[in-house]
Amino acid sequence: MGELALNILDLAQNAVAAQATLIRIEVAENEEGFLVFRIADNGRGMEQSFLEKVRDPFVTTRTTRKVGMGIPLVDMAAQQCGGRLDITSRPGKGTEVTASFRRDNIDCPPLGDVAGSIAVLLAGAPATDVLFSYKGSRGDFVFDSRSIREELGEACDFSHPELAAWVRTYLQQEIERVKEEGRAI
Amino acid sequence: MKSLADLHALRDKLKSDLKLRKESGTKIIIGMGTCGIAAGAREVMAAVLDELARRHLTDVQVQQTGCIGMCDKEVLLDVLRPGEARITYGNVKPEDVSKIIANHVVNGNIVEEMVVGKIENK
Repeated sequence: MGELALNILDLAQNAVAAQATLIRIEVAENEEGFLVFRIADNGRGMEQSFLEKVRDPFVTTRTTRKVGMGIPLVDMAAQQCGGRLDITSRPGKGTEVTASFRRDNIDCPPLGDVAGSIAVLLAGAPATDVLFSYKGSRGDFVFDSRSIREELGEACDFSHPELAAWVRTYLQQEIERVKEEGRAI
Repeated sequence: MKSLADLHALRDKLKSDLKLRKESGTKIIIGMGTCGIAAGAREVMAAVLDELARRHLTDVQVQQTGCIGMCDKEVLLDVLRPGEARITYGNVKPEDVSKIIANHVVNGNIVEEMVVGKIENK
């Protein structure tokens, strides 16, 4: 994928497909030198039997073809740079995917444009809510689409070009404020 | 600087566009499966949203779809104008977006060289 923000967008799309109404996305620069992201949804979840084989690219819920690369790509990217991928899920409750990446490892992909991923996620699935947090070395930032929805009332439409642009610029600005100084993400 | 206070100013604009967006039939649909995202669907959708904002085409709706099985032709972008055939464009790059919007979405002229599929309107 080239940047972790694209993996985050892809995993969040799985949550949309699982009919989640709320997706929690956390990104953290942790003190042990890892970048960690967690995507937790309240969608339909997976049975234990499916969960056990979900890292296999030849396992997918897709009906248009027989290969599913989303989870295997993250699994591989995490393992290549000394991190790991954990998935927990309960049918009817939701799924939680946590991936960690050792930042000083040469194979660690850049985080990339998380703000763009969140804006596009909301634009493509405007009825789904996103609770996004970024824990950086200079502070924490939280964005809750539900408070935007509350503020705008029935006029709230995340697929409206002007609201999508606002979300993207606002998130970029806030991530820039709290992320580790001087490091390109 | 963007702040949550901007939303207050944006609300009236969003509200006045609400009815327009419900009534207009024109849709742009982007493939957002793993294959689409890996091929650049995020940048294409961002380019579409930017171009619509720039041209004030706030009545055009942007939607997403999953993988439709033409993964090698991603990014796939469909244009659906009311009463016309649904046109699928393939291998779409962000720099192709302004051409598709100007020619097809606004003026109704299909960008033939980029078409990979067509579903006639019944």
